[in-house]
Amino acid sequence: MDKSKTFNLQKTGLTRRTALKGLAAGAGLAMAPGFVRYSQAQSSAPIRIGFQSHRTGIGAAYGRWYEKTTAAAIKAINDAGGINGRPVEVIIEDDGTDPGRGAEVVGKFATQHKTDIVFGTLFSHVVIGSAPAAGEAKMPYFVVSEGHHVASTKLNRYVFQPGITDVKSQIQSMAPWIAANAGKKVTQIFPDFAFGYDHRDYLPPALKAQGADVIAQIAIPPTESSFTKYFPQIPAETEVIYHVMVGPAVLTFVKELGEFYGSQRPQLFGFIDSLEAVDINSPGLEFLDGSHFWEGSPRYAQADDSAAQKAYRAAVGIDDNGAAVGDPKDVSTAAHMFGCWETLYVVKKAMEDAGYKGPEDRAKLVEATEALKEFAEGPEHPQGPKTFNGKIHQCFGIQNISKVEGGKLKVVHKTKIEDGLYEAEGDYTTQAL
Amino acid sequence: MSEASPAKAYGLHLGVIALLFGLSFVLPDYYHGLLARIMVLAVFAMGYNMLFGYVGLLSLGHAMFFGAGLYGAGLAIIQLGWSVPAAFAAGLACGVVLSAIIGLLALRTTGVAFMIVTMMFAQVFYLLILYFAAWTGGDQGQVVPQPARVLTFGATVLDLTNPTVRYMSALALFSVALLITLAIVRSRYGRVLVAIRENEERTKMLGFDTFSNKLSAVVISGTICAASGAAYALLFGYVGSSFASVQYSILPLLWVLLGGAATTLGPLIGTLFMYYVIDITSGYTSAYLLIVGVALILLVLFFPKGILGTIRQRWLGWLP
Repeated sequence: MDKSKTFNLQKTGLTRRTALKGLAAGAGLAMAPGFVRYSQAQSSAPIRIGFQSHRTGIGAAYGRWYEKTTAAAIKAINDAGGINGRPVEVIIEDDGTDPGRGAEVVGKFATQHKTDIVFGTLFSHVVIGSAPAAGEAKMPYFVVSEGHHVASTKLNRYVFQPGITDVKSQIQSMAPWIAANAGKKVTQIFPDFAFGYDHRDYLPPALKAQGADVIAQIAIPPTESSFTKYFPQIPAETEVIYHVMVGPAVLTFVKELGEFYGSQRPQLFGFIDSLEAVDINSPGLEFLDGSHFWEGSPRYAQADDSAAQKAYRAAVGIDDNGAAVGDPKDVSTAAHMFGCWETLYVVKKAMEDAGYKGPEDRAKLVEATEALKEFAEGPEHPQGPKTFNGKIHQCFGIQNISKVEGGKLKVVHKTKIEDGLYEAEGDYTTQAL
Repeated sequence: MSEASPAKAYGLHLGVIALLFGLSFVLPDYYHGLLARIMVLAVFAMGYNMLFGYVGLLSLGHAMFFGAGLYGAGLAIIQLGWSVPAAFAAGLACGVVLSAIIGLLALRTTGVAFMIVTMMFAQVFYLLILYFAAWTGGDQGQVVPQPARVLTFGATVLDLTNPTVRYMSALALFSVALLITLAIVRSRYGRVLVAIRENEERTKMLGFDTFSNKLSAVVISGTICAASGAAYALLFGYVGSSFASVQYSILPLLWVLLGGAATTLGPLIGTLFMYYVIDITSGYTSAYLLIVGVALILLVLFFPKGILGTIRQRWLGWLP
C-alpha cells in the first residue's frame, strides 16, 4: 500500500488537542450564521417567508384570515412548482398587533429564522414601528396594510406594498361616484385617530375636484361608546353621511344613527373596514340597508365574477356570502385579505426576475420589485388589474362600491385605476441599498 | 439585612456590566439584538423601581415619563433636525420638566389616590399625543430617519443602527443608570427614601422634609425613565403612542415585581425574564399571555418578593 496517499497522524504531528481544536473550529464554522446562509443559497432548500401575523391583539380577526389566505396562496404556488424551482415555506410569528413587538419579530426573522423576506403586516402602527428594523437588517418587507405610509416615502427602500391599494388612492377614487350618485353635501364622521385622519384629510380635496363639498367633519374620540350626542352636529342640509367608524363600537354607532334618523335619512357611504369579519345581517345593522360601502374585493360572490375570482375564493375557502366554507358565522375580511394572495405572487415574480438564490440577493430582489410596472388580472391577481409605482413602492388597483341589498353587498360600481392615481411624494430608489 | 461593603456591592454590579459586555461577543444575532432592547427597557424599570421600590409610591403613569423621553428625543430629530446628543438631551429635559410638574401635583395625594392621579395624568399625556397627531404622528407613530441616527465625534461616526454600536450604547446607558441607582440607594439620601417608605410620619418627626425628598425621587425616577424612552427612539428608530399607553405603565411595575422591588438588579432580571417567557412561549401558542399569567402566579407563590428580593431575603441579605 502506498503510504503517501494515506493520512498519517504521526507524520502530520496532529495531537489529540489540536484534533479537538480543529473539530471545535469546524463545528463552530458549521454553526456560524454565514455558513448556514451559504449552504442554503446553494441548495434547493425552501424559500423562507417570515409572516408577521396579528394573531393576538386588536388585529386578530384580520390576522386569522390573512393566515388562511397566505396558506392558500403558498399551496397554489408550491403546487405549480414553487419559486425558481424551490418550494416556499412560511414561518409565522405573532406580533400581538404591537409596534414594539413587531420590530422584535422582524429582527427575529432576520437573525434567528433567517427568512428571505418578511411579509403580511396589516396594522399601520405595526408597519411603521417595524419598518426601521427591516431597513436596518436590509430585509425586504412586503406589507398588506392599505395605509398610505409606504407611498408617503417616509419609511425606507426595503418596504413595499404591491398587493393592495393605499387608503389615499382608495378615498380619491370614491369621490367621483359619491359626487355623481350620492350627493354633493357631505358630512364626515370618523374616529379621532390616524385611520380617521386619512379620510379627514384626503376626502375634501377629492370631492372638491368633483364639484362636491365636505360641509362638516365630526371626529369621535376612540374611547367613545355612545354616539347620539354627536348626531345633532350633522348639518340639516347634509345629503351624504360618510362614515368610517371602526372597532366594536360600530354596531352601537349604526343602531344609534338609525334611532336618530328613523326612515328619513341622508345617503350613507362607508368603508367596509368598519364591518370586516362582521355579519352584515347582525342585529342593529338593518339601518344600513340601501347604503353603500367601499370594498377592496367583494365579500359576496357577484354574478359577473371572473374565473380567477371564483378559483381564488374556492382556494381560500370562502362561500358565496364571504364566510368560511362550512361555518357561515365565520365571516372573512374579504375586502383586504386578497392582498396577501396578490403580494405573494408579486414576490414570486420579483424573485424570478431577480434570479433570487438567497439572502445575498436581497438587494437584487428590491430592484427587481421596483422594476415591476403592472399586474394583469388573472389567477395571480384575482381582485383586478394593477399598476405599480416602483418609486413609491405602491400598487394602484380598481375599487368596488357595493350596495347593501337584501342582506348582501352587491357591487354597483367599479372604479378605474386612473381614478386613484396621485402625484408621487418622493422616490425610494434614490436611497442606498 | 446586612449591608454589603462598597467593594462587594460595586464589584457585583461591575461584574454584571462586564458579563453583559462579554455576552455581546458570544450571543447569537437575534439574542444580541433582543438584549440591547431589554437593557434599554430595564432602565425604564430601574427608573420605576426608584420610586416604587425605594419610596413605596406606586405610580400607574410612568409611561408618560418614558413617552416624554421618546417623543422629546424623536421629535427633536424628526421635526427640528437636531443631532443625536441634542435630541437625547431634549428627551432628558422633557423628562425632568414633566416629572417635576407631575410630582408637584400628584404628591399632594398618597396611596390609591396617587395611583389614580398618576394614571389620569398619563392618560392626558397619551390623548395629547393623539390630539397633536400632525406633530406626533398620532397612534400610527413616526419613524426616526435612519441617516439621522448617527453620533459624530470629530472624524469618528458611530451609526446607532449598527447592531454592535446599538448594543454598546444600550449597555452604556444601562451601566450609568445602574451605577447611579446603586450610588443613590447606598447614600444618606437613599436611606431617607427608604425611611419614608417604611414610616413617613416618623421620618417627618425626625426632621426630614419628606415632600422635597419624595419630589426629588419622582424627578430622578421620571428622568431615568425618560432616558430610557429617548434611547429607545434613537436606537430603534420609532416613536409611537402605544409606548405612552397604560400598558407601558403597567409593564415596568410587572418587571420590577418579578425581579424584586427595591433591589438594584431586580429590574434587569424581571425585564429579562418577562421578555424571554413571551418570546419563547409565543412560538408555541397564541395563548402565550395565559402562560405568562401562570408564570406570574407561580412567582408570586414561590418568590413573593420577586426573584432577587426572595434570594436576598433567604440567602444573600447583603444584596443592594
